[in-house]
Amino acid sequence: MAWAHARGAASSPLASLVAWLTGRLDPWAPKPARWTRCVAWQTNEGEGVTAVRAEGLFKVFGRGADDAVQRLRGGASRADVVAQGATPAVIDASFEVQPGEIFVVMGLSGSGKSTLIRMLNGLLEPTAGHVYVDGVDISGVDAAELRRVRQQKISMVFQHFALLPHRTVAENAAYALDVQGKSKDEQRARAAEALDLVGLRGWEDRYPAQLSGGMQQRVGLARALAAGSDIMLMDEAFSALDPLIRREMQDQLLELQAGLGKTVVFITHDLNEAMRLGDRIAVMRDGRIVQVGTAEEVLRDPANDYVAQFVADVDRTRVLTASSVMVPAQLEVNASAGPRVALHGMRDKQLSAAFVVSRDRRLRGVVRDDDVVAAVNRGDSTLEPIVDAEVASVHPDTVLAELFAPSAESVLPLAVVDDDDRLLGVIPRVTLLTAMASVAEALPEVEVTR
Amino acid sequence: MSDGFDPLEPRLEVGTWISDAFDWFTDTFQPVLDVVDTVLEGAYDAVFDVLSAPPFLVMIALFAGIGWLVRSWRFAVVTVLGFYLIAAMDRWDGAMQTLSLVLVAAFIATAIAVPLGIWSARSQTVSNVLRPVLDFMQTMPAMVYLIPTLFAFGIGVVPGMISTVVFAMPPGVRFTELAIRQVDTEVVEAGQAFGSSPARILRQIQLPLALPTIMAGINQVIMLSLSMVVLAAMVGAAGLGLDVVSGLQSLSVARGVEAGLAVVVLAIYLDRVVSALADRAPVVRASRVRA
Repeated sequence: MAWAHARGAASSPLASLVAWLTGRLDPWAPKPARWTRCVAWQTNEGEGVTAVRAEGLFKVFGRGADDAVQRLRGGASRADVVAQGATPAVIDASFEVQPGEIFVVMGLSGSGKSTLIRMLNGLLEPTAGHVYVDGVDISGVDAAELRRVRQQKISMVFQHFALLPHRTVAENAAYALDVQGKSKDEQRARAAEALDLVGLRGWEDRYPAQLSGGMQQRVGLARALAAGSDIMLMDEAFSALDPLIRREMQDQLLELQAGLGKTVVFITHDLNEAMRLGDRIAVMRDGRIVQVGTAEEVLRDPANDYVAQFVADVDRTRVLTASSVMVPAQLEVNASAGPRVALHGMRDKQLSAAFVVSRDRRLRGVVRDDDVVAAVNRGDSTLEPIVDAEVASVHPDTVLAELFAPSAESVLPLAVVDDDDRLLGVIPRVTLLTAMASVAEALPEVEVTR
Repeated sequence: MSDGFDPLEPRLEVGTWISDAFDWFTDTFQPVLDVVDTVLEGAYDAVFDVLSAPPFLVMIALFAGIGWLVRSWRFAVVTVLGFYLIAAMDRWDGAMQTLSLVLVAAFIATAIAVPLGIWSARSQTVSNVLRPVLDFMQTMPAMVYLIPTLFAFGIGVVPGMISTVVFAMPPGVRFTELAIRQVDTEVVEAGQAFGSSPARILRQIQLPLALPTIMAGINQVIMLSLSMVVLAAMVGAAGLGLDVVSGLQSLSVARGVEAGLAVVVLAIYLDRVVSALADRAPVVRASRVRA
């Protein structure tokens, strides 16, 4: 079953990594079998209308904006215009997003991607150019008509969730329906349905402050889903989340999108995320879209040196980081737990060693099976004396290439810890080897640029 | 320039001009001023009648009850002690007069300040125009307001009340503007992105999220009102201020200190009640609950 396959692939980061590195980039391709699962949110797929179309979009801040547009159109460079006091954020952006597609706009900070997405639903008015939503030009419409488009056609998920702190999870999820003037009953029912879809059933009466970041963003997602619009704009939606949670959310988005067939415009600065999610990727730099294509196209035929540099780094696993291959630790023992707890866990998981963490998840070290058995025999009540603090740990942002040496020297999986020494996940050697092996065999030689 | 002006010994009759302009204003708008006079006087009388009608013990119980409701039983006990002290110093009527003045003046000041603050948060032009006006209102020595209002409304409660409103209003405007501007732009964008109208965003997002800060502004308004109504006694407003002024004139330490203490009790009570109300704002409560 296609769906089960997708699930399996998604739940194993290694499998998904291998899948996209080996060029089989799309294990989550549209799965028609599931499309009928949710009738409430069917799209207009097949009507032949482009979901979102941007045509020669410009956004220039500062003085002389219109003049700046003219000069940019006439071939002036961004630097020329900036020198004269205007700040072009988006320059001549044109693209089309098809219904049911995940379109990723990828760029570093300051590349204009947030400005671009805000023009797609009219939060920012373009200095020049047109945006068509479902075939309708929203650039020239009045405020009331724009509100109608936002209510019915296009919803948005925000980087920092943007939930209403004084409203419950259910009320937040129902916000769009409240705005649309739906009855209380309908609001409740559809909000519950959307919360169910994102896995938050039972949390309806909590407040956002009671939820973790990942859960808050699920509420943000549910709010956008409940709105019932076909198009979702996602502005760095997962960037504020921890790496493992972020991947979980990506999986969930892919699963939801496969089920509901939403059109998604997704903004990110994370190349891994772009590759993972995007049916097509637009790469932005300094306000311009420098390339639009599938992940594979961008990887194989970079449009210019800038893109090439990006993907060259990916190919060489110099951009892929520890956080993108790590897996949850099989066993973590709390430092305050006794040797018996550790022994039980190790026997249970058939492990010969376990990571020891403090109550606030800081990595303290490892304990080995023989020491633990000895400690149990001695009747020790704490693990402290036998914790071996000499454990190979790496930062989540460490690139794969730099993981080889520590991994080779360590029998145990590498521990991935953040700046505060908190254990985020582990990288067993076999995970690393598999990832590296598939990189080498699947990718063409590209000159290393660093 | 006028012919008598000597650049080396400049003297501009600014005061006279403004005074003349003010005379013209009072003459021209006398009917309007009469209406304002009647309304404010009536509002003050009504509030004072309510506060002074019951025996003082009943009022103390009521104040304590409010304190208990919004804060704690400990605060209720302190309230009882404080207000009982006022009664025991024979300052009860004065305190109720002052409280009535403060309540009416602070209510009017808030009713003007909050909408103005919202307006200037939404329009940079309004904000730019209002800022120097507010600076003026706040830094002009408070007693100066008493002179023109005295001419406009005559001796009594009203000139003091108007002066109080003018003097106490600026922080209300400033806090409201700041509060609305500080609301997370992403949350406001969320409102827009789902198709909310500006009025709905104001009502459902900006005001609730800004409420704690707006309440802090209202608290400031009340505190400034309290300090001003004491001065208002100079133009004939009744209340504790009268005791302070006459204590000053007769050099009676006892009288001045007693009235001053009563003002302090009122101030502390009002401050604690209003800040407790701010803590009960939905946003604050929702952020406190834990799983």
